[in-house]
Amino acid sequence: MAEGLQEVVPTTGAEQFQAGLWRQNPILVQALGMCPVLAVSNTAVNALTMGLATASVLLASALVISSLRRIIPAQVRLASFVLVIATFVTVTDMLIEAIAIDVHRALGAFIPLIVANCLILGRMEAHASRRPPGAAALDALGMGGGFVLCLLTLGSLRELLGNGSLFGITVMPQGFEPWVVMLLPGGGFFALAGLVLAARWLSRTPARQGARP
Amino acid sequence: MIDAELWSLFVNAALVNNFVLAYFLGICPYLGVSGRLDSASRMGAAVTFVMLIASLCAYGIHQVLTIMDARYLELIAFIVVIASTVQLVEMFIRKTSPALFQALGLYLPLITTNCAILAVALFQTQRSYGFVESVVFALGAGAGFTLAMVLMAGIREKLRLGAVPDMAQGTAITLVLAGILSLAFMGFAGIGGET
Repeated sequence: MAEGLQEVVPTTGAEQFQAGLWRQNPILVQALGMCPVLAVSNTAVNALTMGLATASVLLASALVISSLRRIIPAQVRLASFVLVIATFVTVTDMLIEAIAIDVHRALGAFIPLIVANCLILGRMEAHASRRPPGAAALDALGMGGGFVLCLLTLGSLRELLGNGSLFGITVMPQGFEPWVVMLLPGGGFFALAGLVLAARWLSRTPARQGARP
Repeated sequence: MIDAELWSLFVNAALVNNFVLAYFLGICPYLGVSGRLDSASRMGAAVTFVMLIASLCAYGIHQVLTIMDARYLELIAFIVVIASTVQLVEMFIRKTSPALFQALGLYLPLITTNCAILAVALFQTQRSYGFVESVVFALGAGAGFTLAMVLMAGIREKLRLGAVPDMAQGTAITLVLAGILSLAFMGFAGIGGET
């Protein structure tokens, strides 16, 4: 999996951070970690919680793994990565259950499923296990930020069109007929397809030409 | 009576609550390997196989951890045990049946900790299925995954003959197709009885 992720190595810290936000955006460009993106993005609140949970797991595991990178033997590195990730996911799961029980119930099995998110394992393998903690944290922040932004956009879009509301507050005018399809699984696929298309179109404009991977 | 319940469980997992098209699980391999019909059906078979192993492991782990009163370890235990069991089975198959290994082997390492696999383990624990129910659930989920995979591969093989706009090539067009398939699968709602 990681071999496909070789990328132009950004030099400065700021570039490193920005890469995850747009040019190497995990969802729109690399098409990684799609499952939770589609499943929980039917309301903005769910999407935001899921995004933040994933981003914090990403950051915490990146820090730990890049600090331990000289200790972990190469043969069992994937197993060790998964172990570290699973630990942080369990912590996050319990944390969300303690803070917001309603959201926890709505997300159901999808929080534990963060373990299986290929975005996280991919970043650990391709980046965190080869860099010092500072660089790994910046990369994780950028990737996590890109993930949250994308998820939030998708969640807001689906909630706005499917329910006429945003974060549970009705914003559409009275006569607005909700597009129920947007809340259904099919709508998730369509909305994400739209976002991917929009991202491609934006990165095609001349100013961004050089930035395309 | 019991048979009817198990049948409805199977249909539910395979069609009504299809893992890919209703729960969005296993999207990565779904988008990645669905380009050709033969590789798609092999992938489906491999996923079904691993789901079955995962379901058996998860049932055992759940029993043990409930006795030990250590359910917070469930997630970590699932991942580690499922991954290592799949590795073991892979080695076993490689030794005993090269033909079967040729068919499934390539995909086994790719899917050991796929979210669809883990989800089988988590769902059956959450819904407290018994042993037989767990096995039927895993088989149904696998069958559903294979069906969705083969359908998509068939469409994409045809699609290569059509003119797709440059920009929509790849991920975007596959997502739109998945959306249409997902809408079609909604037509199955209700045939398996309630969940």
